[in-house]
Amino acid sequence: MFARTTALAIATLAAFDDAAAQTVNQPPDTMAARVEACTPCHGNQGEGTSDVYFPRLAGKPAGYLYNQLLAFKNGRRKYPPMNYLLEFLPDPYLQQMADYFADQHPPLPPVTASDASKEVLQHGQSLVSRGDPQRQIPACGSCHGPTLTGMEPGIPGLLGLRPSYISAQLGAWRYGTRTAKAPDCMQQVAARLTEEDVTAVAAWLASRPAPVNIAPAPKGTYVLPFACGSEPD
Amino acid sequence: MRSWSRLLALGLLLFTGPSAEAQPKLGPDGDSLVARGEYLARAGDCIACHTAPEGRIFAGGRAMPTPFGTLYSSNITSDRDTGIGKWTAEDFYKAMHYGRFPDGGLMYPAMPFASYTKVTRTDTDAIFAYLKSIPPVNQRNREHDLRFPYSNRQLILGWRTLYFSEGEFKPDPTKSAEWNRGAYLVEGLGHCGMCHSPINALGGTSQSEAFKGGLIPMQNWYAPSLTSNREAGLGDWSIKDITDLLQTGVSMRGVVYGPMAEVVHNSLQYLNDEDTRAMAVYLKSIAEPSPPPPASSRLPTAESSLLISLGKTVYDKHCANCHGTQGEGKPPHWPPLANNQSIEMQSAVNPIRMVLNGGYPPGTKGNPMPYGMPPFAGLLSDNEIAAVVSYIRTAWGNRGTPVSAREANELRSAPLN
Ligand code: HEC
Ligand code: HEC
Ligand code: HEC
Ligand code: HEC
Ligand code: HEC
Repeated sequence: MFARTTALAIATLAAFDDAAAQTVNQPPDTMAARVEACTPCHGNQGEGTSDVYFPRLAGKPAGYLYNQLLAFKNGRRKYPPMNYLLEFLPDPYLQQMADYFADQHPPLPPVTASDASKEVLQHGQSLVSRGDPQRQIPACGSCHGPTLTGMEPGIPGLLGLRPSYISAQLGAWRYGTRTAKAPDCMQQVAARLTEEDVTAVAAWLASRPAPVNIAPAPKGTYVLPFACGSEPD
Repeated sequence: MRSWSRLLALGLLLFTGPSAEAQPKLGPDGDSLVARGEYLARAGDCIACHTAPEGRIFAGGRAMPTPFGTLYSSNITSDRDTGIGKWTAEDFYKAMHYGRFPDGGLMYPAMPFASYTKVTRTDTDAIFAYLKSIPPVNQRNREHDLRFPYSNRQLILGWRTLYFSEGEFKPDPTKSAEWNRGAYLVEGLGHCGMCHSPINALGGTSQSEAFKGGLIPMQNWYAPSLTSNREAGLGDWSIKDITDLLQTGVSMRGVVYGPMAEVVHNSLQYLNDEDTRAMAVYLKSIAEPSPPPPASSRLPTAESSLLISLGKTVYDKHCANCHGTQGEGKPPHWPPLANNQSIEMQSAVNPIRMVLNGGYPPGTKGNPMPYGMPPFAGLLSDNEIAAVVSYIRTAWGNRGTPVSAREANELRSAPLN
């Protein structure tokens, strides 16, 4: 009897010891540790890296980031290394990843001098702030906001992105490799842009200095010119 | 041949037999039948193949690339025109058991009937009742896109003669009920053999040589032997480590990734504790002790030792933070690499791809927020990939062999989906 209880006690102690040892020898129970698979490409705080095609994530609206993660998971937006990583992750977890990067606020990168000509930059500025009514191109700012910092929950800001990334994304919409929730308003916009338009808006956007407040406007601050599936009313 | 004539005879019997359309019963009994069917459909992972990404459940249309062209899975909702709404329970059993359509036509073995043939009639009836309870989706099946001559279904006859033997699971009376339950699930609904055996269900005779060793065609992942302890045989794993791996995707011994992550995500995580344990008991028992691997490297010794010393540098810089300087990891989330059989196997395809592509274990009920590993394809050169893989395969008492930069390079173009 005695021997049995002692044995049991020792066994329990050992089990306890095991459990303690396990919690010590565990990765930190944080989102930062869980997104270490993302940070070599997106930066430790989602600030971006030197690769011009790897976008900044920090501070973008959480709803927008979540929509992108869903789009990659389900193949509506294609970049095989990311499609692969996200394939078997549950949606609530993707929401947490989105929240995590939306909450990071590293400074925007310094603006790099543009090698685009003055005419090109002017054309870009005009499309972004006024659009081209004749070609039915709405001003980018009518959706992305007067200060181009976007709006909660689904419209991203357009500052702090590099020209190659912007061109690649507009191209992806035109070729159908990036699609957003229907109605895909960005697709309708991108379809009306020519190669020259794309180069011009990309160059001008990338030449903008960071505004004082880069936070996206609250939901419903302004009305969109037409409906976007990513931004339900 | 023998099984073929038996099959014909049985087929005739079935055609003349009384029609036994099992309508899903209503009331609590019907519900439980449907619930049991749903559970069994999970065990069979029907949803993985029969649902397209963001598509309606069981409406089919998922593309399955094979070396012979692309197959598209069928609509198996209860829609009467485009699904299986007109089928009887008998028709459904014939599909699962014989791989034949109601009109007698032959199914491509990409539908794993070679395993499902082991499933009992009671269980196929439950699955059928469940499928009948799924809302109908009117979506026409997409034509398969197979190259000539594979588009000719008569060729399936040849495949069937070689690889298909029809027959429900026969319990082994010398083994426990638990063992038999595990065997039934692994060999039948689980269709584990479809990937884990050298004869791949998608292959024909001429191709079968190329698939030896369980390399999954088109996907370029190696599905290890489940019987050899030198590969994924689980002979020296504890039952708890096995059930953890199957149910949550991670364990103190290693993790799942690639196609196996999908199996855990879509199917195994939903199995109850008893069934998971039964599978573990069975899997542990089929692992046969195998002789140590021929420790023969195809690389000259001088080249190997250069690679391995570069590998240690790469490892300490990029990997040790998670996997530990001694390969001890922080299991189960950051898996150990020391004494991890899945990286020591003769085929180095999996560890090379793991380093190139990184990965997350599947999110499961038991592990809803898994930790991940970054892809290194863009960060390391072919030589560095080969070096670090050579290092982890040989350090800390691991008994794998070094790999060459060419092998690493070839896998860069392996498809990611
Ligand atoms: C191999 C590098 C790489 C890794 C690793 C990676 N990403 Fe990405 N990510 C990219 C690239 C490149 C894009 C842009 C793809 C495109 O062209 O559409 C992108 C796009 C995104 C976007 C959309 C950004 C936007 O503004 O539209 C989000 C959100 C994102 N990644 C999150 C993640 C998360 C979360 C992880 C980790 C689970 C991750 N990424 C891992 C390279 C990577
Ligand atoms: C009708 C509203 C609307 C207009 C007008 C509009 N956008 Fe957008 N844009 C969106 C929405 C919504 C998204 C997010 C789509 C998603 O969820 O993927 C978006 C996303 C983008 C992105 C992707 C950002 C990233 O981080 O990947 C770029 C680049 C972009 N827009 C550029 C432009 C440009 C340039 C213009 C003007 C020529 C413009 N947009 C006009 C609604 C609009
Ligand atoms: C590995 C992929 C895969 C899995 C898993 C799978 N199927 Fe299939 N199934 C297919 C393919 C491919 C076809 C089309 C075969 C053909 O055209 O010859 C098919 C055809 C069928 C059909 C014939 C329908 C028709 O009218 O064409 C039925 C019924 C069916 N599957 C039921 C199931 C059930 C039930 C399960 C789970 C127990 C299941 N399948 C699991 C790939 C799969
Ligand atoms: C779609 C193909 C596929 C199917 C079906 C499949 N496996 Fe796997 N399995 C793989 C691949 C590829 C690997 C190697 C990757 C890994 O180790 O996770 C693997 C690995 C494993 C491992 C080794 C894991 C480790 O850490 O060493 C076990 C055990 C296993 N599978 C069991 C099963 C069982 C049991 C089933 C049936 C219920 C099954 N597999 C069905 C493809 C498959
Ligand atoms: C941020 C932490 C982290 C880093 C850094 C990391 N890994 Fe991993 N590693 C993981 C995780 C998490 C998994 C499980 C991934 C999965 O299941 O898809 C894993 C899985 C593996 C596996 C498969 C193990 C198994 O059980 O089969 C190998 C091999 C591997 N890593 C090698 C490496 C090498 C080599 C490096 C450095 C070049 C490295 N890892 C860097 C976290 C990491």
